[in-house]
Amino acid sequence: MSNVGIVIVSHSHKVAEGAADMVRQMVGEDVPLAWTGGNSAGGLGTDFAAIGEAINRAWSEAGVAILVDLGGAETNSEMAVEALPDNRRSRVVICNAPIVEGAVVAATEAAGGAPLNVVRRTAEELSP
Amino acid sequence: MAYPADLTDPAVRKRLITATAECIIARADELTALDSAIGDGDHGHNMKRGFDAVLASLDSLAAMDPPELLKSLGMKLVSTVGGASGPLYGTLFMALGKAWPQDLSRSGLAAAFEQAIAAVKARGKSEIGQKTLLDVLAPTLKALQEGADADAIAETAQRAAEATAPLRATRGRASFLGERSVGHVDPGARSAALIIVALCAEGSRI
Repeated sequence: MSNVGIVIVSHSHKVAEGAADMVRQMVGEDVPLAWTGGNSAGGLGTDFAAIGEAINRAWSEAGVAILVDLGGAETNSEMAVEALPDNRRSRVVICNAPIVEGAVVAATEAAGGAPLNVVRRTAEELSP
Repeated sequence: MAYPADLTDPAVRKRLITATAECIIARADELTALDSAIGDGDHGHNMKRGFDAVLASLDSLAAMDPPELLKSLGMKLVSTVGGASGPLYGTLFMALGKAWPQDLSRSGLAAAFEQAIAAVKARGKSEIGQKTLLDVLAPTLKALQEGADADAIAETAQRAAEATAPLRATRGRASFLGERSVGHVDPGARSAALIIVALCAEGSRI
């Protein structure tokens, strides 16, 4: 698929899954979508390895936009992006946007075929 | 700090890793209590999970030379801690490993530690004075640079952690509380001080 992929990274499994449900309802199967929530022990938190796997599941040659909730989701996502192979790393961005609204808006933009920088910009317009 | 402990000896490396891990594991409840006051109440348990994983790999870590050891230990924390402290401490250890000096002098160690602190700043997009672990790491570096002995470095770290209490948090989860973060020691600053104190104590005994 050539549309930008979307990855949702929340501290909560339920928030991540719920946000992904909302994205699917908006854009159907037109956008590669993956989510991860919770730490490796099943509690609230984020999991570096699981984020890397989610990026790979949502992989698109057009790139991947990541939506995060709080601090650790962002820092863990940054580390997961840095751990990607060279040819993928530059095609993944972390959006500074609210996780639910950002994911829906980014996915809607991606479903229209917008490039990665436009997907990101549209999501980030939600942030004051 | 461990200097002048002989880090070419795997048994010494093993003792220093163990001291680092055990000081966090032993005080996990206290760290979590501090974090409950001004954060999301998971710092101790997250760090304990990370250092339990470190201890589970103790023999293989101790067999590595310091740069590789620090990198692997940092990666272990990133993979297992699950909170923001995983990437922050992971970055600290990994950057220290990357910058590790060929010749382990005090100035060489201080230069590597300085680079590691810079990496933590970049990872957390944070500066000194924002009520984070940086407020312990920076004075510790200064003490190291100024030639302080292990006891003095440990005391500096401990005092620096206490000195985060009156600060208002402007980074991390505690920043959501604004003024209400004042009056509590930052949990990340406390865990950083625990590690430095433990390393100084164990390093002095070796």
